[in-house]
Amino acid sequence: MSEPQEMMLLEKHDLVGVVARLFAEGYRLVQIGCSTLPTAYELNYSFDKDYRFKNLRITAAPGEEVPSISMIYANAFLYENEIHDLFGLPVTNISIDYGGTLYRTAIKTPFSIDNIKFPEPPKAKSGAPAKEPGKTKEPPGSPPGQED
Amino acid sequence: MARQTVIPFGPQHPVLPEPIHFDLVTEDERVIDAIPSISYVHRGLERLIEKRDFIDFVHVADRICGLCSFMHCMGYCQAVEQIMGIEVPERAQYLRVFWAELSRVHSHIFWLGVAADAFGFESLFMQSLRLREVVLNIFEETTGARVILGMCKVGGVRRDIDAESLKGILDRLKGLGNDLNELCGVFINDYSIKHRLVGVGQISKEDAYKLGCVGPMARASGLALDMRVLGYGAYKQLDVEPMVESAGDCYARCLVRIRETFHSIDLIRQAAGKIPDGPIDLKVKGAPEGEYFSRIEQPRGEVIHYVKGNGSRFLQRFRVRVPTFSNIPAMIKVLKGSEVADVPNIILTLDPCISCTER
Repeated sequence: MSEPQEMMLLEKHDLVGVVARLFAEGYRLVQIGCSTLPTAYELNYSFDKDYRFKNLRITAAPGEEVPSISMIYANAFLYENEIHDLFGLPVTNISIDYGGTLYRTAIKTPFSIDNIKFPEPPKAKSGAPAKEPGKTKEPPGSPPGQED
Repeated sequence: MARQTVIPFGPQHPVLPEPIHFDLVTEDERVIDAIPSISYVHRGLERLIEKRDFIDFVHVADRICGLCSFMHCMGYCQAVEQIMGIEVPERAQYLRVFWAELSRVHSHIFWLGVAADAFGFESLFMQSLRLREVVLNIFEETTGARVILGMCKVGGVRRDIDAESLKGILDRLKGLGNDLNELCGVFINDYSIKHRLVGVGQISKEDAYKLGCVGPMARASGLALDMRVLGYGAYKQLDVEPMVESAGDCYARCLVRIRETFHSIDLIRQAAGKIPDGPIDLKVKGAPEGEYFSRIEQPRGEVIHYVKGNGSRFLQRFRVRVPTFSNIPAMIKVLKGSEVADVPNIILTLDPCISCTER
């Protein structure tokens, strides 16, 4: 059974406002995840209310500051420290900031663009356009850029 | 004002031999703050997608944790199958539920034993681990392994269980249920256990929700949150009922796990009665192109496996959000204000799994 997965693409400056609205509507923060793209980072904020699964997505360039949502969702601090330590993205105003000491890793920021090896996209068949590395289909049940 | 002292708890502690550390800031015997520290043994398994293709990676997902091994594998496979649009045969879905629920029974009984050990109740610890052997023996007979089962694969499962074996297993689970009744009677009614757990480490329903609690920790505080209700696998054909308590203390968390153990045995019985004949796997062609957040219910709560692929054999991203990671903020909240002597019991009743957390 496929669970519907809503995905909202946001600009970085809209994030805190939309998260505050979800908090007011009674959504719980399920997770914050980050993925490395060839030239940027993609952050997914997942929420749930009565088993309705909703995701917000922003992208950030390497070194670009991302606002913390820990003043809205207190449990966000762990995810944000994780993103800082593993990806090297600066997250501003985290309620409990470990200052880069949450993870002890052998190499600094192991998931940063410099350290990640991207898989080669499959070779395009003759006539079909080649895919850009890092480009994927949207998740099932999520119209691209959907806003409510 | 009393003098503040910092007491280090872990990473090696007799009650919790897993590498998590807390700096407990105390005033006299009361904890006023707890600062967690993890990642003593962070393994970086998520980056192994660079070295293993999406089919081989199943074996890595299987090894994220010992107790939840099968469910990590199942969550990963489910994510890949959703991206690739693979319809898993119905018999395989029932077999997945069968091993998943056995894993829950084995994990909860193991927790009961470890908790008894923490109370200083040695004989109860030994009885619990004796009963756990029944489940491990079933694992060994049906899969050939006792801990890392290796049964799940993209498109189905690797082994079938014939009707005769299934009947024998149900008989043994009936016996296990009777023995568990006796064992759990001690956990529920014993004066000294109640004295250590009732009213200790309380977390309200509101706080549990706001702090992102999942699993038995959330359900013990009154939140009916159980991902099996989503109906993944064969759960849509079974009567799944979240086991909920309202007190939110250590005792309530113990009760939730006891009730869930019996519910899991019941789910196995239901699944055995409904399992259809048919194939147990599909041949998988192609590679995943797209992304999916798979949510399933582990013994410790909701786990998320995020998979993203670009059509090549190697994935672009694999991420696991494990239940323990989600429960840490609430753990800090519960520890604040507790007595130092209660800290081991509180942490244990939250059942942290550091192996999962250090994926």
